[in-house]
Amino acid sequence: MKLVGRKVKRIDAMEKALGRSTYTHDFELPGMLYGAVVYPGVAHGVLKSIDTSKAKKVPGVAAVATYKDVPNNELGIVTKDMHVLVPVGGKVRFEADPVALVAAETKEAAEEAAALVKFEIEELPPVLTIDRALKNDIVVNGERNDAFHRKIRRGDVEKALEESHLVIDMEFETGYQEHAYLETQGAVAWWDGNTMTIWGSMQCPYYVQNDVAEVLRLPLSKVRVIQLETGGGFGGKEDVPSYIAVKAALLSYLTMKPVKLVYKREWDFRETSKRHPSKSRYRVGFSKDGKVLALHATVYLDMGAYSTLTPIVMYRSLTHAGSAYSIDNVHVDVYGVYTNKVPTGAFRGFGSPQVLFAMESIMDEAAKRLGIDPLEIRMKNALQPGKSTITGHVLKSSVGAKQTLMAVKKASNYEKLKKEVEEFNKKSVFLKRGLGWSHVIYGVSLGSAGQHLDASAAQVHVKADGSVTVMIGGTEMGQGAKTVMAMIACEVLGCELEKVTVLQPDTSVLQDSGPTVASRTTVFSGNAVKIAAQKIRDRIVEFLKKEGYKSIEIGKGIWVLDGEHVPFGAVIRKANDANVKLVETGWYETPKLHFDQETGTGEAYITYTFSTQLSLVEVDILTGRVQVKEVWVCHDIGKVINPDGAIGQVQGGVVQGMGYALMEEIKHDEKGRMIIRNFDNYTVPLITDIPKINAMFVEEEFEEGPFGAKGLGEPSLMSSPPSIANAVSNALGVRFNRLPITPEEVLLKLS
Amino acid sequence: MTITLNVNGKNVQVDVQPNETLLDVLRNKLYITGPKEGCGNGECGACTILYNGKVVNSCLVLALEADGAEILTIEGLTKDGRLHPIQEAFIEENAFQCGFCTPGFVISTKALLDRNPNPSNEDIIEALAGNLCRCTGYQTILKAVKRAAEKLGVEK
Ligand code: FES
Ligand code: FES
Repeated sequence: MKLVGRKVKRIDAMEKALGRSTYTHDFELPGMLYGAVVYPGVAHGVLKSIDTSKAKKVPGVAAVATYKDVPNNELGIVTKDMHVLVPVGGKVRFEADPVALVAAETKEAAEEAAALVKFEIEELPPVLTIDRALKNDIVVNGERNDAFHRKIRRGDVEKALEESHLVIDMEFETGYQEHAYLETQGAVAWWDGNTMTIWGSMQCPYYVQNDVAEVLRLPLSKVRVIQLETGGGFGGKEDVPSYIAVKAALLSYLTMKPVKLVYKREWDFRETSKRHPSKSRYRVGFSKDGKVLALHATVYLDMGAYSTLTPIVMYRSLTHAGSAYSIDNVHVDVYGVYTNKVPTGAFRGFGSPQVLFAMESIMDEAAKRLGIDPLEIRMKNALQPGKSTITGHVLKSSVGAKQTLMAVKKASNYEKLKKEVEEFNKKSVFLKRGLGWSHVIYGVSLGSAGQHLDASAAQVHVKADGSVTVMIGGTEMGQGAKTVMAMIACEVLGCELEKVTVLQPDTSVLQDSGPTVASRTTVFSGNAVKIAAQKIRDRIVEFLKKEGYKSIEIGKGIWVLDGEHVPFGAVIRKANDANVKLVETGWYETPKLHFDQETGTGEAYITYTFSTQLSLVEVDILTGRVQVKEVWVCHDIGKVINPDGAIGQVQGGVVQGMGYALMEEIKHDEKGRMIIRNFDNYTVPLITDIPKINAMFVEEEFEEGPFGAKGLGEPSLMSSPPSIANAVSNALGVRFNRLPITPEEVLLKLS
Repeated sequence: MTITLNVNGKNVQVDVQPNETLLDVLRNKLYITGPKEGCGNGECGACTILYNGKVVNSCLVLALEADGAEILTIEGLTKDGRLHPIQEAFIEENAFQCGFCTPGFVISTKALLDRNPNPSNEDIIEALAGNLCRCTGYQTILKAVKRAAEKLGVEK
């Protein structure tokens, strides 16, 4: 191949290196107003009254909006269980449940006025834990707190557990994780009396378009959404930007002026989504030689005050509950539980890191009790063509699971490494080292739960001079989508990579292409680009044949016509001057999946990636501090289109996963108010914390993927937490069943 | 109040409010948007600038106090449209993804290499410990700083 699989520079490298990319924070319009949000600061209660009179008197204030100003106050992506602004008489369900909005000429005036909005709340006791919520004596939202349920029922689990040589029965808990994208949420909205235009930081422009249209009761054609350069997403900019944009749009609608609403870090912490805390109980049966015979799991996800994306997140917890193993007897229940805390939602891995931590811990524990090496027990249960996943999906091809295990074994020189660790621990008293494996699966794209969204558009436009613009419905948020799309277009067209521009998505141009989530962009947008580019290429070839050319070869920026090297630009000039159509739309939809939602069985996803990680950690038993020294990680992601980009994803994912495993924690006070509100007490990994990372790939091609590619965005994180947790357990000889494993947690376990 | 600043080699006068930060003045009044606000609290390094030659978080400096200061932001690194070797190194090592942290890292790197042209791994880690990146996992940034040091060494 000409470009696919080769080292290239990011196509957006220049503007980023110059510091010139325009993020929402940097976007200004003439006459623009600034927005601010009013929070109740009470986790649970009934809003009795709101008084905006003082706020309205602050000089420079253009509007103070309450629920009365919202044309349609209902919001929610799966169920309409939330409001844009809490109505009087309605319930405040978490401490940052917005009650009012302000637009003013300056940020300072907007914040001053926001502080002057007065309200009365009759407080109710807050529900702050999953256990408390399950009692259902205080109901947070709807009819009961455990409002959502999904399940898998396959085989005879009780019988298989009875017949097992070993049954591991354990409980697990995991905490919050904040996305901590470096650019906070933000949107600029402008209502000109006819059209509402939104510019913002987002993963899913079509979600924003739908929600703004619904809330303001406008037709979709009157809402235009343009994504700006986005400073990280990680799932945190899946549905949340809709809630931000709706607020900005409302203020612009009321004032007829452009309104910029950029979140302060504190607002972002308090109001916007996080990874779900979880509690689970697992019972897993093993044969004497380490084969998994049965999986019984009950998982509770804390969804906070509103369900938002939880019902979809639960689907992934469900289908990933058995990690990457072939198991025939499966009984899994996943519940989404309301509490009076910040709504949780999408975060890289999307409900899988919680269950993977549980299952991978159990695999290690079983290996230990059965006297089998942790690598061997994984090899024994690994998937391969012909075997079925826990949902009973029989895999036909593109299964590089075992290859990833073997690659890590080899690269780490595992047998020697084990001995070195043993030696080290014999000599060292206060520092202990440990090794931990993980072997995980990832179902690519939305799967059977989201097939109505699983299609994507792209437009490829070859200009008269041979330069090319590409627009996709998916978004670039730093992960490198633009570069991959440009590479795919060039591979097909034989144009020059440097002359490709990938435009920001604009909902007024392309059909709804679904969300940029679920590691689906390479496959979906990539295929759409490939299809569009192919149509154009075929048309040019046909034209050249008509012109009398016998042999046509497509190169890299050069086409070879009857042996003569012709620059792509010259080929196009010819075609353009002969009125050949050089703009095309591509549309890719997913093959239909057969899945029974009732039993949770069947084809859960179009394909799967497989990942293996081995981590070496060192624990200081006096301070409890864990240092990850080195990791070896291998992903089967099908064809690797952009190797540098892929390695970057893996490195970022490993470190973000390490943060989840060891340090990141959100705490609330007894009244349900978030204590952690900025980076001074929310610790994310710094350059001082990073391990050496050895990243490898196995390329078991996926026939439906563009050039055989699958996806990587999320698996890159998912392998990390269970591997690191297992390594800590291995170092200290005690099993950790709670994340994060902070120094306090280590000391507690050791005492 | 009017203050005078020397920003990226140019003298400018600007009206500021008593509570305004230097970061806000640079971004909102002088349209120098390279420095970013990631936390507004001195914790993330996205707003890093050189202030009289020293690395500071511009979100923590009151504009009034900056009267007379010499300031360098990422915008001041390019000469005649040519990338600074540090910027080239960041591109070559793929040292950014979303890029929101990049202006801060580039400036912190500049400060480091100005005072220590041959930094060890430990020196680099220490110099960049105040800059947060949520995307890259820092591996490529570390390499980019080393590469930048080599490039600058060759230039001299
Ligand atoms: S914005 Fe200044 S340190 Fe974060
Ligand atoms: S590249 Fe996104 S925060 Fe560093």
